[in-house]
Amino acid sequence: MKSLLKKTALAAMIGLSAPALASLAYVSNEKDNTLSVIDIESMEVIDTIDVGARPRGILLSKDHTRLYICASDDDTVQVLDLATRKIIDDLPSGEDPEQFSLHPNNKHLYIANEDDAIVTVVDVTNKDVLAQIDVGIEPEGMAVSPDGKWAVNTSETTSMLHWINTETFEIEKNIVIGQRPRHVEFSKDSKIAWASSEIGGTVHIIDVDSLEQIHEMSFKVRGVNQDRVQPVGIKLTSDGKYAFVALGPANHVAVVDAQTYEVLDYLLVGSRVWQLDLDKDEKRLFTTNGVSGDVSVVDVDAMKVIKTIKVGRYPWGVVIDPSS
Amino acid sequence: MSVLFRAAAAILLMLLNSAPLQAESLEVRVGYVQWHPDQGPVLSNVLPEPEDAGLKGAELAIQDNSATGKFLGQTYTLQSILASSEAEAITAFETMLGQGIELFVINAPAQTLETIISRGKETTLFFNAGSRDDKLRTHECNVNLLHNMPSYAMLTDALAQWLNQRRWDEVFLIAGPTDADKGWAGAFRRSAKRFGLKIVEDKPWTFDADLRRTASKELPLFTQASNYDAVVVADVRGDFGEYVPFNTWLPRPVVGTQGMSPVAWHRVVESWGAAQLQSRFRKLASRDMNSEDYAAWAAIRSIGTAVTGINSGDPAKIRSFLYSDRFQLAAFKGRKLNYRDWNGQLRQPVPLVHPRGLVARAPFEGFLHPNSDMDTLGFDKPESNCRING
Repeated sequence: MKSLLKKTALAAMIGLSAPALASLAYVSNEKDNTLSVIDIESMEVIDTIDVGARPRGILLSKDHTRLYICASDDDTVQVLDLATRKIIDDLPSGEDPEQFSLHPNNKHLYIANEDDAIVTVVDVTNKDVLAQIDVGIEPEGMAVSPDGKWAVNTSETTSMLHWINTETFEIEKNIVIGQRPRHVEFSKDSKIAWASSEIGGTVHIIDVDSLEQIHEMSFKVRGVNQDRVQPVGIKLTSDGKYAFVALGPANHVAVVDAQTYEVLDYLLVGSRVWQLDLDKDEKRLFTTNGVSGDVSVVDVDAMKVIKTIKVGRYPWGVVIDPSS
Repeated sequence: MSVLFRAAAAILLMLLNSAPLQAESLEVRVGYVQWHPDQGPVLSNVLPEPEDAGLKGAELAIQDNSATGKFLGQTYTLQSILASSEAEAITAFETMLGQGIELFVINAPAQTLETIISRGKETTLFFNAGSRDDKLRTHECNVNLLHNMPSYAMLTDALAQWLNQRRWDEVFLIAGPTDADKGWAGAFRRSAKRFGLKIVEDKPWTFDADLRRTASKELPLFTQASNYDAVVVADVRGDFGEYVPFNTWLPRPVVGTQGMSPVAWHRVVESWGAAQLQSRFRKLASRDMNSEDYAAWAAIRSIGTAVTGINSGDPAKIRSFLYSDRFQLAAFKGRKLNYRDWNGQLRQPVPLVHPRGLVARAPFEGFLHPNSDMDTLGFDKPESNCRING
């Protein structure tokens, strides 16, 4: 009896302490106006948070205390306090913010305003709008290089990468790539940028020193019509080994050798796979699957999908908090 | 002195020569001609079609092209006319041609389009953003004509595929009296055969009563038959068709030009980034984007995509780029679009919509094609006499 009690108490204690220890993933549900919070150990949704209209891009502050949310249809970027899971503020974002990227200085937020063909730079500490930069039609992807030198924006209908100097806020170079560029991801050393072209079906590798394309990748998934191979989200492992490319309505994630740019494998996930993120140890990859309304979990060592987690409608972005 | 003078002259010459190079910019001029004959009075005149349907799509595409062009030193301008007569349309075309415009988007009936083309130059490039007529895609072909509007056959094939995959294969067809109605109904009869549908009744619309008073009495009798899975209406101008839904003899869905319709574009299309195009359009035109707008938009975006690719506004070069492997149009339909090389038709998925929602999108899985499943819609190469690229 006594021992049973002890066990129960222990279990209760573990239960209580779990939220603090658990590593958490946040998923924005575009058509539910919510975020799903997933415990990545148990791989279950443990909370759902109401946010603004049409949440799409989400990202963590560098100190991991806040989550920034593009509430596209509310024309604002919301600030979620992760400790209380409450919206504590919003930022002047310009119209229809879709994706954004935070400068390593933890202050300058670069926001792509899809409807206005501009990139807005906001200082998150005092909400000052530092610059609005004219870019092509439907700016979408946003990335700031880890060394903080470059902010890159993709404009979908203009099919360009706009390279913005983060000191002057001026565009220094425009690179035309495949149709409908969606996303840019930098290598950890800031030397290589990966850019996906959704309609082109390609991923473009850009050498950052010369600002020239050095390679163009395409994908072929067995049994999937080539038209449906539409690369969107990209995630790189920090050891420079792998790149994961979400192939949209092809319902697969491509596993790419990040050195040779060879495709190693295609992993079947949910419908219209959109964005992805790795956990802290880079052992697990989480993907948002828009049409099937779920998240697939990939075991990176085994290169296998190990679980599917039901979330809200049209999950768009996913961020894993490495400190939680 | 003379040497010095010569040197100075040489430098001056160099400066003069290099000046235009510095300011080098490419101006791409596009002509847009729109004319449609008066539709005549229609019973269902509750929601009139916008008069600038097509033009606003062209204007938006010019804006889109210019946004890209400003980074590449390319500018785009549109010269447009909404003509009130065929003669005015033709005169306007000839004036623009005289001004040196070589790229045209024409939103007009097939016959007017053909007249205009016959007055063009050998190199003038035309985009059809108005006529759905099948004959332009099957035998009255033209080397310099591309089609951005889906043909009747593409639309009715989309509908027939959908009926087939729903297994609603017995249909009651009502066809209106106009040429367009006959074109649509004729295309549907072909599609029915292609996709294994049975037309249990094929009735021409002859009533001339005002259905706003009597639809509920007349249509049930008109649609009497022992059984059918759906009623198909061919009423392109929207005369009586709006009164067919909910007034059929049997409790059956109504599809075709009314009810659920196959279209090139509609305000309810929102996937694949279409929401952005729709809101851009609404901002420009203060109304919703329709099929005519979309066709004109796709035409001028094709031009823009080609100019970005080749940095030239030469119509022959644009034409050959449009038929090359390098051309792919990102047009918010979930996949890249390109042109059929035998008849110049833009391959495209066809949304099936009701007034407030998207029902489905053709082509459907399971309808296979050796080259592109989009070629299950409309006249395929073996069914068309056109060989405009040899």
